[in-house]
Amino acid sequence: MSIDMSQFHQVFFEECFEGLEAMESGLLSLDLGDIDSEVINTIFRAAHSIKGGSGTFGFTVVAGYTHIMETLLDEMRDGRRQVTKPAVDVLLGSVDCLRDMLTSIQNEEDINMESAAKHQEALEIELTGKAGSGHATESTPATTEDAAPEPEEEPEEEIAEEQGWKIAFCPYLNLLQTGNDPVRLFRQLSNLGELTTTVNIQDIPPFSELEPDECNISWELKLVTDATEAEVKDIFSFVEDDCALEFAPLAKPKKVKKVAKPKPVAVVDEVKAAPVAEAEPTTPAAPAPPAAKKPVVEADASKNAPKASSSIRVDTDKIDTLINMVGEVVITQSMLGLIGENFTMDKVGQLKRGLAQLERHTRDLQQSVMNIRMLPISFVFSRFPRLVHDISTQLSKKITLKLVGENTEVDKAVVELINDPLVHLIRNSLDHGIEMPADRIAAGKPEMGTIELKAYHRGGHIVIEIVDDGRGLDKNKLLAKAIEKGLVEETAILSEKQIFELIFMPGFSTAEKLTDISGRGVGMDVVRRNIQSLGGNIDIISELGKGTTIAIHLPLTLAILDGQSVAVGDETYIVPLVSIIESINITEKMLNKVAGKGETFKLRNEYLPIIRMREIFNVRSGAATKSNEGVIVVVEGQGALCGFLVDELLGQQQVVIKSLEANYRRVEGVSGATILGDGSVALILDVPGLVRLSVR
Amino acid sequence: MTTDTNKEINPKKIEQFLTFELANEVYGVEILKVQEIRGWEAVRVIPNTPSFIKGVLNLRGSVIPIVDLRERFSLEQSEYTHKTVVIVLCIKHHRTSSFVMGIVADAVSDVLDIKTSEIKKAPNFGSQLDTRYMRGMHVYKQNMIMLLDVDKLLNPDEVDDMDALADSISSDSEDLF
Repeated sequence: MSIDMSQFHQVFFEECFEGLEAMESGLLSLDLGDIDSEVINTIFRAAHSIKGGSGTFGFTVVAGYTHIMETLLDEMRDGRRQVTKPAVDVLLGSVDCLRDMLTSIQNEEDINMESAAKHQEALEIELTGKAGSGHATESTPATTEDAAPEPEEEPEEEIAEEQGWKIAFCPYLNLLQTGNDPVRLFRQLSNLGELTTTVNIQDIPPFSELEPDECNISWELKLVTDATEAEVKDIFSFVEDDCALEFAPLAKPKKVKKVAKPKPVAVVDEVKAAPVAEAEPTTPAAPAPPAAKKPVVEADASKNAPKASSSIRVDTDKIDTLINMVGEVVITQSMLGLIGENFTMDKVGQLKRGLAQLERHTRDLQQSVMNIRMLPISFVFSRFPRLVHDISTQLSKKITLKLVGENTEVDKAVVELINDPLVHLIRNSLDHGIEMPADRIAAGKPEMGTIELKAYHRGGHIVIEIVDDGRGLDKNKLLAKAIEKGLVEETAILSEKQIFELIFMPGFSTAEKLTDISGRGVGMDVVRRNIQSLGGNIDIISELGKGTTIAIHLPLTLAILDGQSVAVGDETYIVPLVSIIESINITEKMLNKVAGKGETFKLRNEYLPIIRMREIFNVRSGAATKSNEGVIVVVEGQGALCGFLVDELLGQQQVVIKSLEANYRRVEGVSGATILGDGSVALILDVPGLVRLSVR
Repeated sequence: MTTDTNKEINPKKIEQFLTFELANEVYGVEILKVQEIRGWEAVRVIPNTPSFIKGVLNLRGSVIPIVDLRERFSLEQSEYTHKTVVIVLCIKHHRTSSFVMGIVADAVSDVLDIKTSEIKKAPNFGSQLDTRYMRGMHVYKQNMIMLLDVDKLLNPDEVDDMDALADSISSDSEDLF
């Protein structure tokens, strides 16, 4: 039976996407005036490994496509071709196209052949349109060795109407058991030319005698190609011992002395035509423009729910540290074992020291394990130079992007979820923040706008800042707009901060005209919601005419949470510290009843609803507290404040989040569980969920 | 324990069952499902769940729910004593995943080798008793052992209608055995 190649697919895709990122950043850093050959080499190598990998896994469309890119890059590498801006743009476009192709393959969808063909055409024009400089004559065949003939070196080319080979391929019964797969052979053969297969199934035994791992089928293959016998035989080299092979030329080849060399352009075309021809059968319908729209839409939909990548690449250093830690723990453990073996009271000091050591090692071990999940934020940041490059060109603005603190480490889950909000914010800065070059000069600012993307750690949080030196937010305009949309009372007096917060309201957009980049008024509210769902918050500081700073505060990890433990009867619950505004002792005169039922309390000038934890969670244990005893924890959930009435506050601590769903199911009002120091379980409250629960 | 001499009987497979007591009745679960047996200890109550979900327990770092089968089967309640045990079961879920749950039993009694052929299908008790969650029955030393299908019994998808189920396994089921 064949090896299941799909088990390697995940690794292959990861490597491809990494390669594409390397290509992209390489292309963007290419300085057109002064070409660094090392950069070109890096790009070339990335393209080459993608081509090799996709060939191995049978993604011929990708392999064929990359091949053309590789040809172009190879010429640039050898200095036979000038690196021009159009060429770089075409290559950037191809990187996108490849990424789409790979994403489609990864999600087991049809590749959008229309866009692939378009990009391929652009590449070909780039390749051939300027290849007439005479260099191409030698270079093109050399770089396309595995698909194209080498006309110069073989003057006595075999030319025939139907040039190729007829192959009788009779595998022995054990062919499959040796790990070979005829399908892969055929795929490789079809890379050489047009392959027609005829299957001979007369040897298949009756079903009752059929052994699934024996190959009872033989094939007659007709391969229309100009490859030599050696090249074709090469493909069969792995199976030679496990099958009977017969080769015969397809037609009597006429030995013709070649007079005219084929034009290099034609050769190139042939190479390019092959992958397209092969690729077409993979799309169900001919890619007529209206029909081709559909795959695009599907691809977009799939981007919203991509297959979760489950593996993680870890620095070897981190693993080494971890192994080192484990070693230390084992040593300490054996030491403690020794003390315990024949324990006498005079060993207490030793025991205490050992336990202290164990505690230290355990803490270090926990830290290093946590570190494994940490990735540098550059995983997200590295995509933005491209985004800024593309959009600034599109808007004809001059913008540089500065990245600061790309090596700041943050939890993998945060890295994955922060990308979309950041893209949105940067688009906003590009579109609305930075002015047109002329306006900037008029305002006495440098023509080139700057967007700075900063990441740094501060007090157990990671802070990401997007700083632009653009026009800033106009408070009066924001307020006028809010009043016009009825979001704010006309008489309301708002602080600066409150005015800036208005842009997070759903349906709020100050852009005078909508562009396809931003300004539809959806988005900022979604951005804020996404960031809040990660347990973070977002702030805006802006000065009119000078620029805007958007700061995002995020927890370092989603696996650990700062919590306040509270007691309700005999039960202990954890309230996430981020959602707590304050805690106050309840007094009789603070309490009010609305219509005899709904309880509220007065906090300074606001009336807030009270949620009695004892009632909402049906806690029966412990002495029932009187209505005027206990502590009110003021929390913010779903944008509104409310008070949780608990018996007492116990203490603040970092807790490790454990899933309840792993062994049970979601429980309303509870976001997870954790294990306290004494080994008992405590439930972590889901503040917005509880607010919802109390409304019902 | 029964020993098997006649291997020709088809189905010849022998399965091992862990038997435990619950309100003087003997129940059995496949031993391969059993992960461990531990003494009863206090659990953390989960709010707004059916009463037979006693709560959750910290089992070496994972949080596992504990189900009281007496309440689940609407049997008469009893105090938890130092003899009360929790049988931790690894339950297979239809979506390839598995999860861990504990069941409270009065005491564990024995491990029995039971030939598949000796498992009798549970008779139809009509609407009074739901036999969906029973593998079958086995007679051992004149005692009736009810073999439970824990994958179905403790399926979290069905936890929501466990309430309804507890009603359907009516309280007078003791009279039937």
